[in-house]
Amino acid sequence: MSLTEFSENYAPVDFMLVAQHWSLFLLGLRNTLILLTGPLVLSCLFAVPLALIRANRVPVANPIIFAYTYLFRGTPLLVQLYLLYYGAAQFSLIRDTFLWTVLREAWWCAFISFTLCSTAYITEILRGAIETVPKGEIEAAKACGMSPSTRTRRIILPNAFRRALPAFSNEVIFTLHSTVLASTVTIIDILGAARLFNNKYYLAFDGFIVAALLYMTLVYTINRGFKFWEGKWHRHLSRERTT
Amino acid sequence: MKKHTTLLAGAIMLLAGMATAHAEDTIRFATEGAYPPFNERAADGSLKGFEIDLGMALCAKIKRACEFQAQDWDGMIPGLLANKYDGIFASMAITGERKKKIDFTNKYYQTGGVFVARKGAKLDTADKALGGKVIGTIPGVTQCYLEKAYPQATVRVYETADSLYLDLESGRVDAILSDAIGVDFGLLKTERGKDMKFVSEIYTDLECFGEGVGIGMRKEDSGLRDQFNKAIAELRADGTYDTIMKKYFQYDIYGK
Repeated sequence: MSLTEFSENYAPVDFMLVAQHWSLFLLGLRNTLILLTGPLVLSCLFAVPLALIRANRVPVANPIIFAYTYLFRGTPLLVQLYLLYYGAAQFSLIRDTFLWTVLREAWWCAFISFTLCSTAYITEILRGAIETVPKGEIEAAKACGMSPSTRTRRIILPNAFRRALPAFSNEVIFTLHSTVLASTVTIIDILGAARLFNNKYYLAFDGFIVAALLYMTLVYTINRGFKFWEGKWHRHLSRERTT
Repeated sequence: MKKHTTLLAGAIMLLAGMATAHAEDTIRFATEGAYPPFNERAADGSLKGFEIDLGMALCAKIKRACEFQAQDWDGMIPGLLANKYDGIFASMAITGERKKKIDFTNKYYQTGGVFVARKGAKLDTADKALGGKVIGTIPGVTQCYLEKAYPQATVRVYETADSLYLDLESGRVDAILSDAIGVDFGLLKTERGKDMKFVSEIYTDLECFGEGVGIGMRKEDSGLRDQFNKAIAELRADGTYDTIMKKYFQYDIYGK
């Protein structure tokens, strides 16, 4: 019995057929990775100043940012994506301006809504971490004569980053899971590739199994990465070393 | 506590009983609910359209109770094979590729694919890459034909005809390849399609578009399939088919 025959008739997933379409799944993997890392990097950059404004209760700006994070954390990402993708396209006002050159592309719609959403979440994670920096450390910094900006840069932010790390690693995994929404607006991400594959051969789930394996591999990699990172940043907290 | 358990067990048995009785008595048809005028959702969320009317008339003919349920196009054939319903009544073309998995009744209408674009837009259908234009389609016969005839074209695949039409309107795609009757009545004859038109001939490639549209059924349900074939012929003969058809279309969609 040839390998192809075994794969077609006996294997739970026709892996030879999947192998024939490796380039489709690779394209999906590439697109998922872009839609994960791009928005996450941007979100982290935006979230730091926003979280500082929230934690320091800066007048005017704080309530505006609170409204923003509340809005984007309070609505499902799918709704936000549909509003941007199908909603914005309904207004000729938008279609006639330069905005349309961006919003015309499904890519940018997904990119923008993913960025806005994870910025909202990361801002709140970081705000919580900043607000719970121990008072003693801040007082010590003041006693050393550090200016507020030096204090933020040297004491508050490093401490907040360290303690936000576990929550942030969760956020990264959630963001990976929410990238599947891109497949609802014609983008071929991992799930999109799986759907195309299923549709082509009228399969119920084979493509989804491949997709699930790919996502699990990604999550495993992300977890290992954060373990390593936490090992570096949280070395002073590790228990084994104290004995 | 014990009383509750008994009650619960009773409830489960009742439910199970209902489920089996349900499967025996009522024929369950799946349709997409996003493909006007063949199948779409009414304002109250219920399913309506040519296929729903025709399906009910067929069931009246063979004296069986029928019901329609909505199912995404994506999982249509797998859902049938998994017994989630007993027939696919969703404008599914009878193609050789699909016949490997499921069986079909005789056709109940016939259609082909056509390119639709904004009036004034030009589409060079002789060019294998379609001039680099972005072409939208939905999975199935039209996607098959695009991949076969225009392998180099830039193609976007949508989940439903509704979202496909929306993006033709907004201009995200320059043209769409769509089922001719579906797009004629679902888009061109509606208010939002007033600036759109056919920009090609109607393609009826046998490999992709098949021999017409039939009800998809499981291979083991050949008895029911034969009943439906007989009923389709009877409805054609006694004029019921024409009455239903005229409710939705101004011309004959059955073909030769």
